[in-house]
Amino acid sequence: MISDALTVARKDLRETLLQSGTLRRSLRGLLFSVVVFGVVLPLQIGPDLVRQPAAILPFAWVPLLLASNMIADGIAGERERHTLETLLASRLSDRSILLGKVVAAVAYGWSFMVVNALVGLLTVNLANPAQAILVYSPQAILILGVFGLLGAGLVACGGSLVALRAPTVRQAAQNMSLALVGVFLVPALAIPALPADLRRQVIDTLLGLDWLTIGVGLAAILVVLDVALFSAAMLRFQRTRLILD
Amino acid sequence: MPEADCAIRAEGLSRDFGSLRAVDGVSLEVPVGAIFGFLGPNGSGKTTTIRLLLGLLEPSGGTATVLGHDTRTDGAAVRERCGALLEHPGLYERLTARDNLDFYARVWHLPGPERERRVHELLDGLGLWDRREEIVGTWSRGMKQKLAVARTLLHRPSLVFLDEPTAGLDPIAAAALRDDLTGLARREGVTVFLTTHNLAEAEKLCDRVAVIRSGRLVAVGRPDELRTQARRDRMEVTGAGLDDRSVALMTADPSVESASLADGRLTLRIRDGASTAPLVAALVRQGVAIDEVRKGGADLEEAFLALMGADA
Repeated sequence: MISDALTVARKDLRETLLQSGTLRRSLRGLLFSVVVFGVVLPLQIGPDLVRQPAAILPFAWVPLLLASNMIADGIAGERERHTLETLLASRLSDRSILLGKVVAAVAYGWSFMVVNALVGLLTVNLANPAQAILVYSPQAILILGVFGLLGAGLVACGGSLVALRAPTVRQAAQNMSLALVGVFLVPALAIPALPADLRRQVIDTLLGLDWLTIGVGLAAILVVLDVALFSAAMLRFQRTRLILD
Repeated sequence: MPEADCAIRAEGLSRDFGSLRAVDGVSLEVPVGAIFGFLGPNGSGKTTTIRLLLGLLEPSGGTATVLGHDTRTDGAAVRERCGALLEHPGLYERLTARDNLDFYARVWHLPGPERERRVHELLDGLGLWDRREEIVGTWSRGMKQKLAVARTLLHRPSLVFLDEPTAGLDPIAAAALRDDLTGLARREGVTVFLTTHNLAEAEKLCDRVAVIRSGRLVAVGRPDELRTQARRDRMEVTGAGLDDRSVALMTADPSVESASLADGRLTLRIRDGASTAPLVAALVRQGVAIDEVRKGGADLEEAFLALMGADA
């Protein structure tokens, strides 16, 4: 199953990298993300980018955005472009097709986040030549590596559920954007809306925890969510149902 | 037919979509190595039958075995050994021709050197090798269909399903694709299950045909058998003086199942074993100046139309 999933992932990555017609044209489009996240933001943040682990959080958007776009294209796009039925008529299992699409979306989003983070590091060093060479702290590398991966997985698995219900790529992408905004907006609105005592209690509890505990806890929650969403997507991704969509 | 000689066997195969019965008790056998035509008008259940045979849909009733595998319980094994060119070519239009074939060669686990060789062999055989690095999205529909045929045969399947392979092609492209298809199928020795509503195509390509109408099989046999059947049952009369009275006269005759008049041509369906001479005599007595009497159809199209008209 793994080799089949990698075959699907390889094809999906190739299709995504050629979606503007040629590889060069597609990379030119991605250059915008590199300029924003790898050059402009690091120039604004300065050396704090490597000194404060929280300063790298903007990079976390990259895998979320790219993975959501790619899963929309990979699932709703296959249906919209009439390639899904042929794929389903092949020897590939439902599981390997879905896994391949999730792997491709995660790999695509995560690898561009890494590229942005490396370009950001280069930018900060070039902008601050007087200082010793600046490098990310181990915590920052861990946050980027682990949370970038799990976050992209969450978006890809959740996105596959959304894309399975969307008739077109555009509809899938719009629904996913709304869902992503909701994920960030709801806590931002909900926390201030809590009663003052309860809010203080939550904040005190969080501040009382050490970073490692918070990190491990968050990672565990993300792993559980990733697995749950992938399982839910698996239940929906069945050729006998997809063929009727 | 012994199991080993039978590529497809369906018994009472049915599929409902809500209250609509798309496939209704289809029973058929397709011998190994045959090019089998599945004929029917749009919406008659051809595509649903292919989906059932590939295990992409679960039947509501009946059973089907494809290459010895039950499509309900062993769909994966069926798809492993079959190729399918479905309603759409199913090509990745952002990728090149070679990338498309390379992907499906990997899907079927063709090893590296064999993959290269096979892709070359098929593209070369269809005259597409020089265009292998072109993006498929820029190609004409005919070229895409050719490439889709190559993809279908890539892993040397024992059985291929072709759903309306020449639909939407101009006559020249369709003829070229038909030639390629027969050439490849004979060379590769595969069984072909071909759906079409193009009767000339079925007549040229197929060893055996089945006709489906509103989900039900109305005839199965060799094309010439179907023609003979229609010839026996059908009579056409042209001449001056044919009118509604002629239709009424013929309909009243116990040897006539049905009669209709269109474009000055009287078409009769005659009961088995009935003689046609008394019918001609009756028309003459009515004052019809008969120009021509023709029994049966000269080609599969007329046989098909006769079958489509039956039970209407």
